[in-house]
Amino acid sequence: MTPQEPAKTDFTIDADMVKHVAFLVRLGILEEEAQAFSHQFTAIIDYFHLLNEVDTQNVKPACETSSTQNVMRPDELRPSMSRQDFMKNVPHQDGAFVQVPLVFGEE
Amino acid sequence: MELYNLSIRAAHDLISKKQVSSLELTTATLEHIHNTDPHINAFVTVADELALEQARQADHRLQIGAKVTPLTGIPFAVKDCISTKAVRTTCSSKILENYIPQYNASVIDRLADAGAVLVGKHNMDEFGMGSSCENSAFFITHNPWDLDRVPGGSSGGSAAAVAASMGAFALGEDTGGSIRMPASFCNVTGLKTTYGRVSRYGLIALVSSFDSIGPMARDAYDCATVLQAIAGQDPHDATSLPAPVPDYLQNLEKPVKGLRLGIPKEYFQAGMEPGVEGSIRAAIRTFEELGMEIREVSLPHTKFGLPVYYLVLFAEASANLARFDGTRFGLSVTQGAKNVIDLYLQTRRAGFGPEVKRRIMLGAYVLSAGYYDAYYLKAQKVRTLLRQDFDAAFEQCDALVAPTCPTTAFKLGEKTDDPLTMYLSDIYVVATNPAGVPSLSLPCGFSNGMPVGMQLIGKHLSEDLLLQIGHAYQSATDWHLKRPAIV
Amino acid sequence: MPTNPQPIGISNDLQLSKIPGDKMICEPVIGLEIHAELQTKSKMFCGCSAVYSSTSEPNTLICPVCTALPGAMPVVNQKAVEQAILVGLALNCTINPMNQFARKNYFYPDLPKGYQISQYTLPVASDGWLDIFEEPMSEIQRVQIRRAHLEEDTAKLSHQGKYALVDYNRAGVPLLEIVSEPDMHTVEATLAYATRIRAILRYLGVNSGDMEKGVLRFEANVSVRPAGSQELRTRTEIKNLNSFRALTRACAYEIQRQTQLYESGSTIVQETLGWDDVKGVTVSQRSKEEAHDYRYFPEPDLPPLEISREWAEQIKTGLPELPEARSQRFVSEFGLTIKEASLLISEKSLADYFERTVSLSKSPAKVIYNWISGEFMRFVNDLGIDLDHLPIPAGNLAELVDLATGRIINDNSAKLVLKDMFETGQAPKAIVEAKNLAQVSDEGYLESVIARILSENPKEVASYLAGKEAVFQWMMGQVARLTRGKADPQVARQLLLLALERAKNK
Repeated sequence: MTPQEPAKTDFTIDADMVKHVAFLVRLGILEEEAQAFSHQFTAIIDYFHLLNEVDTQNVKPACETSSTQNVMRPDELRPSMSRQDFMKNVPHQDGAFVQVPLVFGEE
Repeated sequence: MELYNLSIRAAHDLISKKQVSSLELTTATLEHIHNTDPHINAFVTVADELALEQARQADHRLQIGAKVTPLTGIPFAVKDCISTKAVRTTCSSKILENYIPQYNASVIDRLADAGAVLVGKHNMDEFGMGSSCENSAFFITHNPWDLDRVPGGSSGGSAAAVAASMGAFALGEDTGGSIRMPASFCNVTGLKTTYGRVSRYGLIALVSSFDSIGPMARDAYDCATVLQAIAGQDPHDATSLPAPVPDYLQNLEKPVKGLRLGIPKEYFQAGMEPGVEGSIRAAIRTFEELGMEIREVSLPHTKFGLPVYYLVLFAEASANLARFDGTRFGLSVTQGAKNVIDLYLQTRRAGFGPEVKRRIMLGAYVLSAGYYDAYYLKAQKVRTLLRQDFDAAFEQCDALVAPTCPTTAFKLGEKTDDPLTMYLSDIYVVATNPAGVPSLSLPCGFSNGMPVGMQLIGKHLSEDLLLQIGHAYQSATDWHLKRPAIV
Repeated sequence: MPTNPQPIGISNDLQLSKIPGDKMICEPVIGLEIHAELQTKSKMFCGCSAVYSSTSEPNTLICPVCTALPGAMPVVNQKAVEQAILVGLALNCTINPMNQFARKNYFYPDLPKGYQISQYTLPVASDGWLDIFEEPMSEIQRVQIRRAHLEEDTAKLSHQGKYALVDYNRAGVPLLEIVSEPDMHTVEATLAYATRIRAILRYLGVNSGDMEKGVLRFEANVSVRPAGSQELRTRTEIKNLNSFRALTRACAYEIQRQTQLYESGSTIVQETLGWDDVKGVTVSQRSKEEAHDYRYFPEPDLPPLEISREWAEQIKTGLPELPEARSQRFVSEFGLTIKEASLLISEKSLADYFERTVSLSKSPAKVIYNWISGEFMRFVNDLGIDLDHLPIPAGNLAELVDLATGRIINDNSAKLVLKDMFETGQAPKAIVEAKNLAQVSDEGYLESVIARILSENPKEVASYLAGKEAVFQWMMGQVARLTRGKADPQVARQLLLLALERAKNK
């Protein structure tokens, strides 16, 4: 499928959905950007509906199996990072705490 | 021959004979970088002081004969998604433009242990999202073979650097072709390792299920040397494999006569540039001449590789990039922020490029309540079928050969208009990562003056076999010895 | 009633569980989610210290993993898994042979990765139960436990001016989340369940139960329905209840609030609530967005965890005697009632103390129970003593009880001796000797005292002989006075009766 072909289905990801997922990942976007993304997302996801051609009824998801299992570590202390080193990269801090603009009823 | 043109093997030879010091080699390399890179822009950061200090330490080790390895004193650089202590690490993104890690990735520690000399960090597509290096937020890297063309991506800087002799080797990272594509476009040998063969601790994650760090160098022999130093289980990475690490160099010279090479028919259907196809077919004839048995196999679910790859990528990348929020490191846009939500929205808007934004939004979409089964879970199920395709194929043959890309390097700007078109160019490289299998990309010819690459795909933990076959091919051919004019 | 360290008595205003009235009679439906920090040395996914998280300098117990620096990766703490299995077994759960961790995605400053590593479809334990003894109904009730799963704790937020301050010391501490079915229908049952879970966690040594330090937190899901129906109506979720008091008060309030809403013809909105302990009300915490879409998916950085039968069996052998079994044993072995046994076993240190005292004493267990639950606990509560640090060795208490049952000292004296034991730490026999508290049972001596009383108080004698029984007590009081409280009451009573009998016959 090339992008110039018209959409074969009614499937669409509209601008409202784009704004919704943008907020889910805390990405500020503008109205016109939402429109542009809407066209791209629709084309991309619609192309991926290709997967529906595959019968996966009795197939186990790959993420539930692994070639390794039970990789754990003993309950021991390891050297920590110094607060000083940590704070070197922190944009806003008072030496002891990381500072973040106030939270209003987020959770 | 200029010092910076030496392979690892050749450089080690001179170093161990004390005919060249690491300081000399490193100085020559740094000088060459400063002369050549302004044309190519492979490097985001060049760490001269640190490199020279490491070179002096390497020379000291060499002098007292302590812990000398084939990599001692050898200059190298890494893709800028690998954490390097005290050296800026950016993922070619504005959001990490000034981030300086306070710890090393495990692979960096292992290379430091081996005595290798880190000279800098390579440009890439931002957060690994791209196939041309044009998605870097800083600047574009140029293909040393033709400065108007892309080097490939996302390890474009690493491939261009090795191609232009700016460092004896590089560490790249391959999530869906990101080592192999640029290796192929730049005439470099690159190895996508088995998932879990090399520790990911300290690698800034893109797709946790697929990311694989691997060496990029002049030839298979050099790749084997680097792999030897970095492979093996790491207690910091729960997905790293406990399987013992073989002696990769030991088997390199073994003859390949009688080994079975499979040609997956789905990879040879329409779409390849004639020059590319011609080079691949010629390479297959070479393998035949080396005594390998050629047979056709089928990987029936090949066309589903792309949706599987991208759906899992969107989902995992979306979660992996959530930590870039302006609070503990990196860009932090607080101006006008009334609360922390504003901080997140503003910082991520300013810090992420358009491709990154697209993918993390799509990730939230495919994981959303109501969509999870249809997209993410479905992709994971088809992923199992992709794995089974490879398992079945490897019962009939020891390795597979396939093109890395249907074309040679395209022109800068040629494919940036439409994201889906860009995704489609990954068609040959995206199926291996969901299956976790290793793949070695080797130079195998030229088409319209640009390098052509092929990949040798093997089953889990078969790096030694792939390197052996690659080394045999490179002993019988000289494509990998060609250098771009700029060098 | 043992109450240390938190009062578990219920005040009268909690009798709102069943709402009287001529309107709809509402039955509360309550489910509890309990978050317990596990007592491992290191954090869930990294080697930073988990133990002193609440008392160390901020941001000193951190590393790239728990502060979510780019490139960091989690590795599972084996001990945390073992402790989770232990709890699952204690709660009669099925230990799932295949476990998986999952990412729970949301944004908040106390969540550095932007996701929490938790468990979703494949938790450590599921489908268990716990029997609770509910006061004042005095019946045993079974609460089904839906699941117990492992996750990591968040960082700690505090406020200063226009900033929120973040301390990552707590980020990554192992948490076990225990989720019950909505099987509790009274506030009392909810409290009984919560206290029993806390006791079990202490018995297992996986959680200190110290709620003031925030190591145990409750979230209550509350709804109401017409009594007798089986429907499940809209529920609200009350978060961050950090004490039994908050738990019971919040549930009681919410039950009443919902009942009143229904009675006035309104509906309940599904929402998250906080509890304002000062005002005594639940407060809506609904944020700008709709209910969270956590977008769970399996954690790709952690391979699945297989818990073999052998491993679970091995851990099972390490299970100590649990509260329920101990309670039953106290009933069968020591003849206590269920209620009495329940009170003792609610705090492991108290049950231990009781048993030790019994083993060192010649007196009946019931008597020892009465002493401990009565006078002893009164002093413990008044003096604010921590049950884990009782100042009186069990042997000393045993000695005291034996002195009393052996009637060497009388009950009043015994109480005085106990007080002294708390104050000075001395052994009872030494105190009795030093203060000359030994009970007087010498009949000759007592007879002379009684004779004196009768001769000095003829009017009272006549009163008694005329039928005024109450005078007897007064006379006993006089015996006590004259012997400075040391008269053996039993002997004195007998002798007084005899003397009065003789006086009658004169």
